[in-house]
Amino acid sequence: MSPIRKTRAQRPSAGRKMVTGSSREGLLGASEIRRISERVFKLSEADETEVTVDVTSDALTRFANNTIHQNVAEQVLSISVRTVFDGRTARATTNRTDDESLARAVASSAALAHSQPKNPHLLPMPGAQKYQRVSRYFESTAAATPRDRAKAVARIAAESEKREQTAAGIFSTGAMQSALANSRGLFVTHAQTRSEFSITVMEKDSSGWAKANSPDLADLDPAALAARASEKAQASSKPVELAPGHYTVILEPSAVLDIVGFLFYDFAATAVADKRSCFNDRIGKQVMGSNITLWDDAYHPLQSGAPYDGEGMPRQKIALVKSGVPRHLVYSRATARQMKAKPTGHGFPLPNEYGEAPMNLVFAGGSSSIEEMIAATDRGVLVTRLWYIREVDPYEKILTGMTRDGTFLVENGGIAGGIRNFRFNQSVLEMLSNVEALGPSVRAAGEESFEMVVPAMKVRNFHFSEVTKF
Amino acid sequence: MQDWAGWALDTAKSKGAAYADVRVMDIRQRDLSTKNGEVGNLAESQTLGLGIRALANGSWGFAATDRLTREGISACAAEAVAIAKASTLAKTHDVVMTPEKPYVDVWQNPYLKDPFRIPVERQLDLLLAADAEMRRVKGVTLAETSMAFKRIEQFFASTIGSRIHQTKVQSGAGIVATSFAGSEIQKRSYPNSFGGQHMLAGYELIESLDLPGNARRVGEECVALHKAAQCPEGSSTIILESAQLGLQIHESIGHPIELDRVLGMEANFAGMSFLTLDKLNKLRYGSDIVNVVADAQLSHGSGLGTFGYDDEGVPAQCTDIIREGLFTGYLSNRETAADIGLNRSGGTMRTESWNRLPIIRMTNVSLKPGTWKFDDLIADTDDAIYMETNRSWSIDDRRYHFQFSTEIGWEIKGGKKGRMIKNPSYSGITTEFWNSCDAICSRDYWTLWGTPNCGKGQPQQVMGTGHGAAPARFRNVRVGVAFSK
Repeated sequence: MSPIRKTRAQRPSAGRKMVTGSSREGLLGASEIRRISERVFKLSEADETEVTVDVTSDALTRFANNTIHQNVAEQVLSISVRTVFDGRTARATTNRTDDESLARAVASSAALAHSQPKNPHLLPMPGAQKYQRVSRYFESTAAATPRDRAKAVARIAAESEKREQTAAGIFSTGAMQSALANSRGLFVTHAQTRSEFSITVMEKDSSGWAKANSPDLADLDPAALAARASEKAQASSKPVELAPGHYTVILEPSAVLDIVGFLFYDFAATAVADKRSCFNDRIGKQVMGSNITLWDDAYHPLQSGAPYDGEGMPRQKIALVKSGVPRHLVYSRATARQMKAKPTGHGFPLPNEYGEAPMNLVFAGGSSSIEEMIAATDRGVLVTRLWYIREVDPYEKILTGMTRDGTFLVENGGIAGGIRNFRFNQSVLEMLSNVEALGPSVRAAGEESFEMVVPAMKVRNFHFSEVTKF
Repeated sequence: MQDWAGWALDTAKSKGAAYADVRVMDIRQRDLSTKNGEVGNLAESQTLGLGIRALANGSWGFAATDRLTREGISACAAEAVAIAKASTLAKTHDVVMTPEKPYVDVWQNPYLKDPFRIPVERQLDLLLAADAEMRRVKGVTLAETSMAFKRIEQFFASTIGSRIHQTKVQSGAGIVATSFAGSEIQKRSYPNSFGGQHMLAGYELIESLDLPGNARRVGEECVALHKAAQCPEGSSTIILESAQLGLQIHESIGHPIELDRVLGMEANFAGMSFLTLDKLNKLRYGSDIVNVVADAQLSHGSGLGTFGYDDEGVPAQCTDIIREGLFTGYLSNRETAADIGLNRSGGTMRTESWNRLPIIRMTNVSLKPGTWKFDDLIADTDDAIYMETNRSWSIDDRRYHFQFSTEIGWEIKGGKKGRMIKNPSYSGITTEFWNSCDAICSRDYWTLWGTPNCGKGQPQQVMGTGHGAAPARFRNVRVGVAFSK
């Protein structure tokens, strides 16, 4: 892959759930983080000072050709200081906690802040806030070891060998602690664990893929994911080439995710103000089918992440699209002030030029299973996964990309066999106007977008423009 | 740094590592941006840490830490060995590496002006001047500018005795104008899209770009695109300007020649490659005038893929990738070189930071210059589209089928540059495309472009790569399909 999309902003590292306990394995406790914050506040002579602390302990076991070939672990600390002097703000970040390093970060932030013109839109930092509780830290996930991951991979590799297939993938686990504090009394911390398993199983001329992730390792079933990928590889062998054209497609949740994920920044009020959103002049208009409803909801049980944004504002549940009509945008504090709206708790850490974005999209689902969608399709294409999606037209929201690792012809209500991979050039808005059936919404994982809660979709008139060689 | 590296290697050896290498890295960054006359981002960061890779019982383990005490470093090194031993639970063969000599050396890229010593006010003034100039054009609805600087100091040590100290200073900048009108968003960038031009260079690079001097033209072209003719759909001759051609090289040559992809190691994420081992020295990758090298040496230029030694201690090299159209070489490391029977690594192991495992990455993968003057090339072309500045890019996971679109195009008719074309796009199959190349401009038109945002690996790493290119002509290319209905 490469180059990566610049618009694929990282989730703001602002904190998450309230944590009052002592230090966890490899992480810092709330009291330790508070001490670091207080040291920074003492070093700073700014009008206002904000401190963000992130501690990550992550590990990833990577396998290919039925063997572990990369196996890594990291402990990373980040202390980010934002100072404000008379309407000027800037940020400096270090990964050292000694006095000299903290003082250097404070001084660097101050020097940068002083070096710029006054920002008329900069607001005073927010004071203490109340947060809705989320619970996304699981001790058993944080405690997973390299041997735990290697054992699971070894079983799957052995099974692949037995089936004369080749498996490649990752099994990762980790834990992170974040905190945000400012000199106006705001202090919030959040801890979260993560686990992820992804696998590609290959035969001579075909492949299958499956992936899942969750804050709780207990939610993952690597053997079941491996079995699904294996079945797809087998079922898609000897692929035939179909002519490009407009097809009815059944998009599995991962494929849906990686397409609709491109909409996330279009819901930012800043993007609309900058006239680079596909919702310019389209708020309140029917631009998708009436069966499309979408929220941003950090508190959904299948979501992950913090209940607050890059300035420490509580995230709110926002109805973005109701019955195909975009209704609401998300706002940082500054954007809300400029656009005479209320902040929604979606701002990125300051300073930034992007403003805000919904990071916890949840689509309303339906009741059709993928099997039912297939059974109700005379001729179409079942898509497991999409790849290398990029924006061709930002206003019509035309995306291009490839199918990958399990693309099937559906005929007469059943899977007819594997087909060579297609390139698509498709407007997302048009696609969401052509949805004939929705599956139940699930937490989906892809490669182009953040994890979201999305359904499988059956879509008519999807444009495959060209076909590749495999 | 030397002490820290030594502690790590001592622990790794004592815990049973047959080989280990360690990278201590101190990375300082400065990022500035403006938007519509106001400062957007203004931030600095510094990160210092250590990563150790250990080979034990025939398998790899890697661990990284920023706890740079003797206790923290020893624990990290011990963890790397423990992870390596856990890896043996799913091992099909012992890792074998090509031999390499130990090196003790110091290397630094040349630069004239340290960008971190240039006052931030001066840097912002330059950006704000370009920002203002773009907004003077009626119809520009968004003006954005950015600068980015990085200083990477790294110390590499290995159990075979290498001790290599390298310092890289990187600079980059760019501007972009956006215009929304009717039902269309158009964009123009300079000197390249997605952040502009980036090199291993000092602030002299930024000054040479003359951002304010190009801002008015960028804004005017952006607005003019709304009234330009739509790119036709069909088969056409195209001429690609050098920055777009750089990305074409990156995607359709640079990635498929990565030997880890070829051998299946990236199958789950980045994908594999159509360049299977049977194609080496046999495949006609391009026409006879196509010559491509992967060159990390300073003599090639001070690009984002330039260094003294790679991140497993192998000296920078130049590898012929395509010679007179014939596919002749891969990007390799010590392990994959041994896997396919080469005598030596090509020296392309690179890491984003101290907390990432080095993996095979592009260095400077460049198309060698041809012989044409640009004006002669245009004059020699009856009917074509000249395409400038990438807007979107996509290629399948084996690197056969690609599609690119650019910000702007120009009709070439009867040997002359004619009317402006909007929404240009082209697509094709990699080897068919490179075999259709019939003209490449000379060294006078050749630029070593920097791609600062190449993503690869799990966990994903972002790396800078270099791509030298001069404008070139391709025949019978499918155009316009990105906007076909």
